[in-house]
Amino acid sequence: MRTLTYAQAIREAHAQLLAEDPRVFLIGQGVRNPWYAGTSLQDLDKEFGRDRIIDSPVSENATTGAAIGAAITGMRPIVFHPRMDFMLLAADPIMNQAANWSYLFAGQVSVPVVIRAVINRGGEQGAQHSQAVQALFAHVPGLKVVMPSTPYDAKGLLIAAVRDGNPVLYIDDRWLYELEGEVPEGLYEAPIGSAAIRRSGRDVTVVATSYMAAEAVKAAATLAQRGIDVELIDLRSIKPWDRNLVYSSVGKTGRLVIADAAWMSGGIAAEIAASVAGEIFHALKAPIARVCLPDAPAPTSAVLEQAYYVGAEDIVTSVEKVLV
Amino acid sequence: MKLQNSDGTSLAREQLTSFLYRMQRIRMAEERIGQLVARREVRTPCHLSIGQEAIPVGVCAALNENDTVWGGHRSHGHYLAKGGDLNAMMAEIFGKATGCARGRGGSMHLVAPAQGIFGTVPLVAATIPLAVGAALSAKLRGTDQVAVAFFGDGATDEGHFHESLNLAALYRLPVLFVCENNFYSTHLTLKERRIKDNIVESAALHGLAGVVVDGNDVTAVYRAAHEAVECARSGEGPTLLECRTYRWRGHVGPAADLEVGADRRRELDEWQRRDPIAQCRALLGAGGVPFDVLDGVTAKVREEIELAVMFARQSPDPDDSGLLQHVYAARRGC
Repeated sequence: MRTLTYAQAIREAHAQLLAEDPRVFLIGQGVRNPWYAGTSLQDLDKEFGRDRIIDSPVSENATTGAAIGAAITGMRPIVFHPRMDFMLLAADPIMNQAANWSYLFAGQVSVPVVIRAVINRGGEQGAQHSQAVQALFAHVPGLKVVMPSTPYDAKGLLIAAVRDGNPVLYIDDRWLYELEGEVPEGLYEAPIGSAAIRRSGRDVTVVATSYMAAEAVKAAATLAQRGIDVELIDLRSIKPWDRNLVYSSVGKTGRLVIADAAWMSGGIAAEIAASVAGEIFHALKAPIARVCLPDAPAPTSAVLEQAYYVGAEDIVTSVEKVLV
Repeated sequence: MKLQNSDGTSLAREQLTSFLYRMQRIRMAEERIGQLVARREVRTPCHLSIGQEAIPVGVCAALNENDTVWGGHRSHGHYLAKGGDLNAMMAEIFGKATGCARGRGGSMHLVAPAQGIFGTVPLVAATIPLAVGAALSAKLRGTDQVAVAFFGDGATDEGHFHESLNLAALYRLPVLFVCENNFYSTHLTLKERRIKDNIVESAALHGLAGVVVDGNDVTAVYRAAHEAVECARSGEGPTLLECRTYRWRGHVGPAADLEVGADRRRELDEWQRRDPIAQCRALLGAGGVPFDVLDGVTAKVREEIELAVMFARQSPDPDDSGLLQHVYAARRGC
């Protein structure tokens, strides 16, 4: 099968969705500008016109709200936020409106909107160009949250999100944009709510999200050389998340490390750890470990960034710890 | 026959009579709701629009059935004027299974998609960008639908409002921003919130048409809305309509909140002399419509409301087995 980069896969999903469905349109800050979107939206305006590829003023609240209003009245919008930090200005439309309306109006109204947030950190950008606040949104009933880590899922999850019929946060990570992988040419869906086993193993389960799933692949290879057999689960979807797959894996290995490159307190890793401890406590042979960011804003200095961010080495260390 | 209005124009007697009926219906429904709140039979927070009825009635008379309206916490009037079912609204306020939101919304969350009422919510200004989106949707789908955002003067203090006006003007969207300026944001007067009484100036700033209208004159509201809707429908872009009016009751519930604002008592006396319903009745009376016909309108409305209250009281409560239904929509076909 042919390969694409993660960014190319995102672009292809947009192009095919726009070609397939006249209800799909794109709105947001910087959708025509590679500085904001990398190659993930390149030249879509030339292909589909500026009525459907709307490069908007910096009005996160109004553009997100407008996409929600358009979704309620029959469209399938994709809203683009070039950094997740910026999306917080749209917290009211996302958390109070999009998330609520189906329930609030007993299913008479639905909000089929995709809200895309890019995590774009590192590079000494500091506290407000780096945040990964997926847990805030996963907390809210009525929202779905997906975080692809491979080119295949980057395309398939975007297609599934647009077709889902609910408000879906699609979170991609700039650190993954050059990652290459096999991607089918046509339209296909990666199912929301279903995790993927990237490597089968018997000693320890590693559950990872987004960029950390890619890091966990490297960590598993290192650990294999040391005779440790990791079962790696790429969560893909953090709301809803695939409890059954995680429980059955931990039931087999008895050990769990969770890697999520977001703050530890109140995060996705905490939710998974609490669920595993609550549901299958007796399967556990060791305490659960979490590999997350420290509870501090992102620093700028490269030296401090180096200390702040987590990666494959931290996963290796945690796995070895739960195996003692 | 035609009746002469204060602005020298004329409207058919039938149309003005229908305006009177619709305003009476909102007024008397809300007076009844106020009584039910006072005796705790209704417990959901109810924000009454008594005194402001000419605005929803005048604006909605200028709309087609498939035009959309978006409201806030004080939206009984918008819902009824756009054609929402009175029984379903009353049942919703009682929290019953037959309510328009099946007992999940209460007074602040009214809905009737078939009538173009996609939802009202109390987060101040929250539905303004949604209305802009409905207009964008209409434009992209190539329909001639117009979207109307109803909001109070308090909403103009929010960023949502300014961002939305800019987007709507920039993309020339078919949307009507209707500010019901009743001079209060809960307890805080307009003068305590902004340096000038100049809400309409936001329109010029963002490059769209702005019109100030006497919000207690139903024909004036209708005419201004009609013109704005025609502009929107013909692709000439959005309008901000500042309708100046006054809320007779307090922010929430039936009390008049006389303790707020230094001039509340004096203002209330002054504005009650400009009652939109009394003015409409006087116009019809002066045009030769007999008083027994006008009283017949009131009697018909009273009966409808009592039937709605009876419907609400007799309706079943929601079944708690449905507590977790509709958190997510069922997947729709592609």
